[in-house]
Amino acid sequence: MEGNIAELGKYIGVGLTAIGMGGAAIGVGNVAGNYLSGALRNPSAAASQTATLFIGMAFAEALGIFSFLVALLLMFAV
Amino acid sequence: MATEAHGSESSLAFHPMDQFKPVSLFGDGTIHWYTVTNVTLWMAITVLAIVLLLVVGSRGRAMVPSKGQSIAELMYGFVYKMVEDVAGKDAIRYFPYIMTLFSFIVFANILGLLPLSFTTTSHIAVTGVLALLVFTFVTVLGFVKNGSKFLALFWISSAPLAVRPLLAVIELISYFVRPVSHSIRLAGNMMAGHAVIKVFAGFAAIAAISPVSILAITAMYGLEILVAFIQAYVFTILTCVYLKDALHPAH
Amino acid sequence: MATETHGAELATAEAGMPQLDFATFPNQIFWLLVTLVVIYFVLSKIALPRISTVLAERSGTIMNDISAAEELKLKAKEAEAAYNAALAEAKSEAQRISNETRAAIQADLDTALAKADAQIAAKAAESEKAINEIRDGAMDSVKAVAKDTAKEIVAALGSTADARTITAAVTARMKG
Repeated sequence: MEGNIAELGKYIGVGLTAIGMGGAAIGVGNVAGNYLSGALRNPSAAASQTATLFIGMAFAEALGIFSFLVALLLMFAV
Repeated sequence: MATEAHGSESSLAFHPMDQFKPVSLFGDGTIHWYTVTNVTLWMAITVLAIVLLLVVGSRGRAMVPSKGQSIAELMYGFVYKMVEDVAGKDAIRYFPYIMTLFSFIVFANILGLLPLSFTTTSHIAVTGVLALLVFTFVTVLGFVKNGSKFLALFWISSAPLAVRPLLAVIELISYFVRPVSHSIRLAGNMMAGHAVIKVFAGFAAIAAISPVSILAITAMYGLEILVAFIQAYVFTILTCVYLKDALHPAH
Repeated sequence: MATETHGAELATAEAGMPQLDFATFPNQIFWLLVTLVVIYFVLSKIALPRISTVLAERSGTIMNDISAAEELKLKAKEAEAAYNAALAEAKSEAQRISNETRAAIQADLDTALAKADAQIAAKAAESEKAINEIRDGAMDSVKAVAKDTAKEIVAALGSTADARTITAAVTARMKG
C-alpha cells in the first residue's frame, strides 16, 4: 500500500479540524442550555429573547464554520 | 471526472457530492454563464413556489383568510416582525429586500429536500452572492446614512482608550468575516445534511442494514426540514442585525 | 481542479466538490441574480402591497368591530342605568303613595275616632246629666219623703212640729 505522505498529512489535518466543529457544537449547546434554564426561571421573558438566542447560536456556530472551511480547503484546495 | 473511477470500488458506492453537480439540461454539457442548467430549473421552481404562495395564495384578499392566504400572511408577519424587532422601526423600508432573501432561501432549502432535486442554496457561489449582496448593501447604506460616523462601529467609545485600537482591529476583522460566515453557514448546513442523507442511502445497498438506513434517513430528513427553516431564519435575522448596525452604528 | 493536480489515484477517493468547481460559478451567479430580481419585483409590486392592505383592512375591521361592541356595551349599560333609575323612581312613588294613603287613612280614622269620641263624650255627658237629674229628682223625692216621714213620725209621737223646723232638720241631715 503505497501512498503519498502529503496525502496522509492532509487527511490527518482534515480529521483534526473536524474536532473544531465539536467545539462549536459545545458552544451552541451551551447557548441553548442556558437559554432554556433562563426561560424556565422566567417563562414570560423567554418569548422576547428567541431572536437573541438564534443570534447567539449563529455567532457560536460561526467559529465552527471556520473549522469546516479549513477542512474543506485542506481537502479540496490545498 | 471521477465517474469512471467509482466502478472499481466495492458494492458500497458513496457519491454524496454528485447531487450538488450543476449539469446542463440541454446541449452538449458545457456550462456557460447563460446555459440553462438544473440550477436554472430549480431556481425557476423556487420562483414559481413563491408566486404560488404569496401571489396566488393571497389573490382572494379575503377578510377571513383561506389556508394559502393565512400561510402567506403568517410568513409576511413573521419577517415583518423580525425586521421591526431586530433592526428597528426605520428599517421597515428595507423590508421587501429582506422578504426577498427570506422567501428565496426558505423555498430553495425546502424544495432542495425533495428527492432528486437540486439544492441551489448548498452552493457557495449562491450563498456567497447572497451574503456579499447583504454585506455591500449594508456597508454602503451605513456610509450613506451616517457618513464617517459609521466608523464608530469599530471605535468602541465605551472601552478604555488603551484597548480601543486593539478592539478596532478585532471589530474590523469580524466585520469582514461576516459575509464568509454568513454564506458558509447556509451552504455548509445544507450541503452537510444532504451529504449525510446520501451516505445513509449508500448503506441501504446492504440488505441487513437497509432498515436501519431507512430509519436514519427518515430521522435525518426530519432534522433537515427543521434546519431548512432555521438556516433561512438565521440568515434573515443576521441580515437584520447587520442592517441595525448600519442604521445605528453606535454601540 | 484538485483532482487534476494530484493525479488519478486521488480521483477514487474524492469526486471533488462541485461547490468549488469555479467553472459553474458564472452560470449560478447569473441565474441567482435573475431569480432574485424576479422575486423582488413580484414581491414588491404584487404580493407585499396586497398582503399588507389585507392585514390593514382586517385590523381596521377588527378595530371597528371592537369599538362597535364597546359602544353597544356602553348602550346596554346606559339602558341598565335608566332601568334602575326608573325602578327606583317607581319604588319611591309607590312608597309615597302608600305613605299618603296611610296618612289619609290615619286622618280619616282620627276624625272618625274624634267624632266617635265626641259623640261618646256627648252621650256620656247627656247620660251624666240625666243621671244627675234623676239623682236630683231622687234627692228631692227623698227629701219630700223624709219630710213627710218625719212629719208623720213626729205626729205619731204625739207632738206637732211645724213644717219649717222639719225641713231644716231634714236638709241638715241630708247634707250631713
